[in-house]
Amino acid sequence: MADKPRILFCHCNYAQVVPEEVKAGVLQSLCESGQAFEAVADLCEMAARRDPALKRLAAGEAPVKIAACYPRAVKWLFGGCQAPLSADRTEVVNMRELSAKDAARALLDEKVTPNLAADGLAAATEGEKKI
Amino acid sequence: MAIADEITLRIVLYEGAGAATLDAAERGSTLTALLGKGYAVTCAGSGAVAPADDSALLVLGRFENGQTPEAEDANGAVPIRFRDIDGLDSEGITALVEEERKSTQTAQHGEWKPWFPVIDYDRCTNCMQCLSFCLFDVYGVDDEQEIQVQNNDNCKTNCPACSRVCPEAAIMFPKYKSGPINGDVVSDGDLNREKMKIDISALLGGDIYQMLRDRSQRSRSRFSKERSSDKALGERTKCLTKLAAEADIDIPLEVLQSLPSADEIAEKSAAANAKATAALAAQKSG
Repeated sequence: MADKPRILFCHCNYAQVVPEEVKAGVLQSLCESGQAFEAVADLCEMAARRDPALKRLAAGEAPVKIAACYPRAVKWLFGGCQAPLSADRTEVVNMRELSAKDAARALLDEKVTPNLAADGLAAATEGEKKI
Repeated sequence: MAIADEITLRIVLYEGAGAATLDAAERGSTLTALLGKGYAVTCAGSGAVAPADDSALLVLGRFENGQTPEAEDANGAVPIRFRDIDGLDSEGITALVEEERKSTQTAQHGEWKPWFPVIDYDRCTNCMQCLSFCLFDVYGVDDEQEIQVQNNDNCKTNCPACSRVCPEAAIMFPKYKSGPINGDVVSDGDLNREKMKIDISALLGGDIYQMLRDRSQRSRSRFSKERSSDKALGERTKCLTKLAAEADIDIPLEVLQSLPSADEIAEKSAAANAKATAALAAQKSG
């Protein structure tokens, strides 16, 4: 049970960069799944306000799956707030690129495929820098 | 109060023992409404959720007989409130949460579009180009002379200009339309393209602000003879629009138009350059 990933969903409220139908479709799938999950209005806004909740969302031993945008952006939104995501326990599901169906499937699959490694490099250090 | 100092409200949608379960459609509409208002919601169900922190907690549920439980944080650090949502639709729930937000004096969301640079420290070489380029004091350095974003609410909405001068494509704006600025993987082609843009800007006479200063200076000398401020403003707008198109830098016109005067630009540019130079010198001596 400890290895079952936690799920975090970003609604990307303040821009139209994630297609509305993808966000709605993924959220619907999560609601139908009966799975526990965290939903936040906008990770960028949380990073802008250095919301301490980012540390809570990144914390814990369980792997995390994050439905948001590009992994590189998500990694450094957290890293910039001194809430580093574990490079070997985090998978970002990119709702800017995937269909709602594929994003939901990836999110609800218990297998975690970490994808926060630096470009072209193996997963190594956890990003932590300050804004 | 700065947004970073505001406390936020964490909402828990509770459907466990002592409360009725919502059907998926109700859960979905409630979440959509609350997220739309900027709230973060923990949807309790099967599996783990993030641990608690010091955020104020508001627990919503359809509690048996409308009786809300009483609970408190063992450490007394977290205020916890329970509210029964039986009989409320998503609109009613949102109104209830808004009341709670006001009474707990927690942050109101959505007043500012979160547009600011995010530094990819896997790529950043701490060259200080961004610091010397930005006129709005968005960047600074920490005690170890490392670049950081210090005043993100100074950033001009929809303007990704500083990411264009970064030689490593290390500056992202996650809400930007295209890669690699939006955080997409940086390819060799992207790097070459970004470098080419810098070269173009150099060919046009230095950085973009230098170009603006030159153009503005020329416009000013021309229009001082005509003594028409309206004409000068019109010409400045025309110059800026042309400049933005020439350099293909995608800086919104309203941002260009809201730039400080030429003299102020010169002053700010000198100050930013001095900061960058000092940081680079400190790096070398350290």
